[in-house]
Amino acid sequence: MSAASLSVQFKPGARVRVRRTAPPGHIRTPWYIRGQIGEIERLCGAFANPEELAYNRSGLPAQPLYRVRFCQQELWPDYAGAPRDTLVVEIYQHWLEPG
Amino acid sequence: MRGVHDMGGLPAGPVEPVEHDYAFWEKRVDALMTLLSEPKRQLLRVDELRRNIEALPPDAYDRMSYYERWISAIAHTLLQRGVITTDELGRRIAEIEERQAE
Repeated sequence: MSAASLSVQFKPGARVRVRRTAPPGHIRTPWYIRGQIGEIERLCGAFANPEELAYNRSGLPAQPLYRVRFCQQELWPDYAGAPRDTLVVEIYQHWLEPG
Repeated sequence: MRGVHDMGGLPAGPVEPVEHDYAFWEKRVDALMTLLSEPKRQLLRVDELRRNIEALPPDAYDRMSYYERWISAIAHTLLQRGVITTDELGRRIAEIEERQAE
């Protein structure tokens, strides 16, 4: 990870909560996952922030991007699949807080 | 506010995959996107394209085809960047419409 990246705040296995917010602008965090609690599966690397790139700005320093695992039954009240089923979403660090 | 594109988890029918050929104009839109975004030009970023697609009014978003959304977003990005002006684009469209009517 280059010096132009923000420091990594979460380790694999850490519980995180996705921020529940809906500011105006270009957002890549799906609506249905906001406010939910998940677990860091892995760090994918650090990338220019697409919320800034969308306005032709640099998006730097690069934002750590994680794969975050959620329990399907917690996401959907009427989920009919196996209780162990999970869903993985890639989420940028600035959308996460300790869960 | 939830955007019209942000439909994960909403009730919907099954996805039915359909094979189809691309029309010539659709291939041109794809080529235009490649040329505008390549490193030596950088007149458009894919993130700007997405932002302008997602900014479409909900009825337009639902009504327009995939490449119609692309060409709309390409036009808006180039206007926002100052690469073209609305007047230039409008006059050029009128010129082409006249030529086609002949």
